[in-house]
Amino acid sequence: MDISWDLLLNAIAAGLLLGAFYAAVTAGISISFGMLDIVNIAHPAFVILGSYIAYFFNINFGVDPILVSIIALPFFFALGSGVYQVYYLSFEKRGQESLRGLAFFFGLLFVTEVTLILVFGVDYRYVEAAYIGPSIHIGIVDFPLRMLVPCAAALAMFATLQLFVTRTFIGRAIMAVSQDQLALQLMAVDPIRIKRIAFGLSIATAAVAGALLIIIQPIEPSVGREYIGRVFAICVLGGLGSMPGTLIAAMLLGVVESITATFYGPSWAPAVSFGFLLLTLAFRPAGLFGR
Amino acid sequence: MTAVNTAKFSLITIAVGAVVMAFAHWVNVDYLYFASYTILQFIVLATAWNILGGYCGYVNFGSAAFFAMGAYSSVFMHKFYQVPIPVLIVIGAAVSGLAGLGMGYLTLRLRGSFFAIATLALAVVLQTLVVNWDFVGGSRGAYIIRPETLEFAGLTINYIEYLFFLMLSLAVLALITARTIERSQLGFGFATIRDDELAAEASGVPTLRVKLIATTISGAFMGMAGAPFPYYIGYLQPSSAFGLEYAVNSIAMPMIGGTTSWIGPLVGAILLGSAQQYATVTISSAVNLLIVGLMLVGFVIIAPNGIVGLVQERLRKWRQP
Repeated sequence: MDISWDLLLNAIAAGLLLGAFYAAVTAGISISFGMLDIVNIAHPAFVILGSYIAYFFNINFGVDPILVSIIALPFFFALGSGVYQVYYLSFEKRGQESLRGLAFFFGLLFVTEVTLILVFGVDYRYVEAAYIGPSIHIGIVDFPLRMLVPCAAALAMFATLQLFVTRTFIGRAIMAVSQDQLALQLMAVDPIRIKRIAFGLSIATAAVAGALLIIIQPIEPSVGREYIGRVFAICVLGGLGSMPGTLIAAMLLGVVESITATFYGPSWAPAVSFGFLLLTLAFRPAGLFGR
Repeated sequence: MTAVNTAKFSLITIAVGAVVMAFAHWVNVDYLYFASYTILQFIVLATAWNILGGYCGYVNFGSAAFFAMGAYSSVFMHKFYQVPIPVLIVIGAAVSGLAGLGMGYLTLRLRGSFFAIATLALAVVLQTLVVNWDFVGGSRGAYIIRPETLEFAGLTINYIEYLFFLMLSLAVLALITARTIERSQLGFGFATIRDDELAAEASGVPTLRVKLIATTISGAFMGMAGAPFPYYIGYLQPSSAFGLEYAVNSIAMPMIGGTTSWIGPLVGAILLGSAQQYATVTISSAVNLLIVGLMLVGFVIIAPNGIVGLVQERLRKWRQP
């Protein structure tokens, strides 16, 4: 087959930028599913909620979407802590998380999506910012700013998270609770409080990821469902809860998806992540960098 | 519980089915057939979901995918070689049952949540495949002209009545299957997996094989429910076959009715199904889906054993004051 090299190079570059954004969407899942073992399938719905909040403030008050998401962080954190408290009291404490807990998150996903449909309708929405439109050319490769800015923001968020979990007391406590909850209790740390903080943190990342999403593409409420397969594929491939692993897996998926979209058409791209997920589960469930 | 054995139960269920059929034939209003068809379809879907979800404790989020596989295998056969609908139901069951087996084989050896995630992703990918597959209509959808009547043994039968009869038979079959499994050794195997999989494995229950049987039966029934769907709807497009309402309802109905026995999904499907038929006509369909979602969240938090659980609790208190 005659491969056009500039197309391929462009696809790889676009894939890397896209991958960094996927990593931002997956960061929350890496914390909740990877570290806390909470199968939060509603995470993409919270991401879409973040997108609509960015949209609302951008269109009505002209605020930059990323700035909106940073202001929204404490609110999303509180929302996440609240959701965890309900989840803990109703399911985790009674040992019912596997069936009813999953149904609970599925219900949340669904309620959020339908509420957004009722409030904003099913039309595609987009934001306006100075960096949407122009692009930088390096040689034959294009770097649209619309992708480059979210990529930079995602990497910054990722670096902050990685520093937080490895350097601060609470971050290390989160890592500890993912390994041995009882041991944490023996060290006089309340594991439920740590898990509440961690889950709040995971939902807070959804605010940023949502703002980045609406910069990259116009959205409507059901877009989130496309991300469920993607984020869990990345999380599992990255080795459940390993931040560097998540970033590398996200980049890999981004590049493969981008190449598929370039050479076989964009309508095939959603199938790639599922293929990734199934292959990973079948051959290497511990992920690429799992212990 | 009074002792009603499987044979008696089957006879009673078939008799109830026959009474429903006779009643519907006596009323003979097309709208009633259309509305009750949907409710019966939900009885089949909810019962099928419960065989895996309620009995084994494994959550399937991809009901819509299994349903759509049944529907699209009918569309495929319609274009390829036309056969009567009962044959299509068997084909739909085979396709979806095999898909269930394959999915189960790849993911059930791992932690339970992986299966749930994989089924969730399955719906998205199958939709991608169907959208890209022009033979079955692609994203434009496929038309299937439903005949007005059906000639059978010299009789002329109203076609929608025929579809109603088929779905009623499937509902009866699904209920009998569910109840038979519940009382059999297989059912006890399912229950041990739900309660403690490690202990079940240690006591010699072949857990993987038992789980695979559950996913296959459950998937097959969902495929059966989907097979007559293109003839019912007349115009099948990916977004209607993979509609979120199937995934949500087939989870919400058993959860709200109660997951531990065959009667839970039945109660849930009849209640939610009729309420939605009513609400779709009077309010909007988006609002009624929102109500289902809120009810699902409310019930799993407040009444973990559903309506059946609430009634049982009330009865127990009433008997022993």
